[in-house]
Amino acid sequence: MIRLERRPETSRAMLWLTPVLALILTVLVGMVLFAMLGKDPLQTVAVIFISPFADLYSLSELLVKATPLILIAIGLSLGFRAGIWNIGAEGQFTIGALAGGAVGLAFHGTDSIWLMPLMWISGCAAGMAWAAIPAYLRTRFGANEILVSLMLVYVATLLLSAMVTGPLRDPDGFNFPESRLFEGSAAMPLLMEGTRAHIGFFAALVAALVAWLLLGRHVVGFQIRLLGEAPRAARFAGFVEARVIWFCLLVSGGLAGLAGLFEATGPVGQLVPSLPVGYGFTAIIVAFLGRLNPLGIIIAGFVMAVTYLGGEAAEITMQLPNAVTAVFQGLLLFFLLGMDVLSTYRFRLRRRVREVA
Amino acid sequence: MELAVNIILGMMLAATPLLFAATGELVVERAGVLNLGVEGMMVIGAVAGFIVTAESGSHLAGIVGAALAGAAMALLFGLMTQVLLANQVASGLALTIFGLGLSALLGSGYSGLSIPALARIEIPLLADIPFFGPLLFRHEPMFYLSILLLLLTGWFLTRTRAGLILKAVGENHDAAHAIGHPVVLIRLLALAWGGALAGLGGAYLSIARTPLWSEEMTAGRGWIALAIVVFAGWRPNRALLGAYLFGGVTILQLHVQGLGIAIPSQYLSMLPYLVTIAVLVAISASPTRAMLRAPGSLGRTFHAQG
Repeated sequence: MIRLERRPETSRAMLWLTPVLALILTVLVGMVLFAMLGKDPLQTVAVIFISPFADLYSLSELLVKATPLILIAIGLSLGFRAGIWNIGAEGQFTIGALAGGAVGLAFHGTDSIWLMPLMWISGCAAGMAWAAIPAYLRTRFGANEILVSLMLVYVATLLLSAMVTGPLRDPDGFNFPESRLFEGSAAMPLLMEGTRAHIGFFAALVAALVAWLLLGRHVVGFQIRLLGEAPRAARFAGFVEARVIWFCLLVSGGLAGLAGLFEATGPVGQLVPSLPVGYGFTAIIVAFLGRLNPLGIIIAGFVMAVTYLGGEAAEITMQLPNAVTAVFQGLLLFFLLGMDVLSTYRFRLRRRVREVA
Repeated sequence: MELAVNIILGMMLAATPLLFAATGELVVERAGVLNLGVEGMMVIGAVAGFIVTAESGSHLAGIVGAALAGAAMALLFGLMTQVLLANQVASGLALTIFGLGLSALLGSGYSGLSIPALARIEIPLLADIPFFGPLLFRHEPMFYLSILLLLLTGWFLTRTRAGLILKAVGENHDAAHAIGHPVVLIRLLALAWGGALAGLGGAYLSIARTPLWSEEMTAGRGWIALAIVVFAGWRPNRALLGAYLFGGVTILQLHVQGLGIAIPSQYLSMLPYLVTIAVLVAISASPTRAMLRAPGSLGRTFHAQG
């Protein structure tokens, strides 16, 4: 009989090996899925994992997809470490795009290098404000932040839809539910002409670096880790739980808001009801795939960007339904969480002990 | 009178899927497990119910298929959290993400198709009583099933020995384990029950309320069901109240729109979500400390020592 035995210490090797194993398992199960859908499994996997690296434009698209995922996941990982579950990043992303975008639209036609920073600040602040709602309700009334932040995703999506069909609608847009295009000073500066990759990627790298310093070198990082690993000890040590809750939610909300603004003023180029495409939820997977570690999250963000682009390529060349990408991502998270058992426990064979008479 | 009947009837229809899902989750949480994947199980139930009904032509088969599909999803969650000891919050999110993706994949060939809606049963004589007749005795069989399952759950939790053991496991799994109760098995059974009911809630949407399949048609109802369990203080009779309250909000929104009040429809559609938040806050902040009634081991991982 096999039983589980808790390891005295988490295995470092397993901690980094499990994401790789989970990825391999996901690909294997994915191949079975492709075969069931009547596609050649090897060819499909080849399309998914090779096409994103085929040319310079594809590589730039990897940056486009990875940027919001990394930005959001960095913020979420802080809270997840402390046991604070902001799962409404999708809503904070939407509100960031909406508020920052509205500022840009208000100054439509203005030519100034100060417009973009102003929009960044507004987007970030709006994301923070949206995340402050669950933070306040949790710390003041004890309301569950998971449910509150999630409910606000639906509210944010509806608000965006109301705004682009109302006050923010393009006056020359034949009544389509969309805003004016972000142009000139209100458009996200590109990394390279002819691509959609934008300088927001550097913001993602900076966020990762700051998070890394914070977790390893700053007292806030210590409080976050202690609250997650030993909440009782944290309370005895006199840490104010409320302050950590506020900190984690504001940071994750601000980064998600910034990611939303980048997306609206960069790759999408205007406010449309279909702006939120699930980055806020996929970032949860990215955070776990990266082991809640800033460097890991950068790698995980690119892995997930590959599944998005590869999935799109497979949709076109192999006629795979687009929902396959979501199934793939869900499976990956399952395998990751399931295999975590290997890093905190080990399997032991239990021998029958015969009593000697 | 006619209008009042219509409003109350609409409320009951909107509440039924919530009642199914909340009843199931209530048992799961009473057993000490927090399954946040209700939305994922519901949407899988919706697509399974629709596909089975469309392929077999039998509503009964569709309903059974939806319950089984929901239970299978829940057991996947059970495997993760009870056997592999994964974090329950994260696994619940994974179940929702996976369920939304899988349902879209399975249902991709079925959107736009239509099936005959589940027929109503008119109970002879009783259905002709003014006011109460249309309200209580002219419904689809799934409506009666939702009430029946709620009553059954209430009876099970308060009147049976098995229910008592289930609650003991939820209050303190180490103590329950020490006196010899099979904690993991009890929790897996509770999860399967919860999943089956969530599946039924989804199927009610896709084969009774609107006999259509569309992606993400559950639209957050699984999450609202979770809020209802908190609102109910983990007690079945109050879950009924909670589900009908939320159903009422949904219907109110439609009637306000019908009155031609000049508010963009998006603001009215926000109502159920805003009310959920408001209710959560009111319950969490109330002096009776509803949160203290949460099962003692809720959400904690159980690992038998020795």
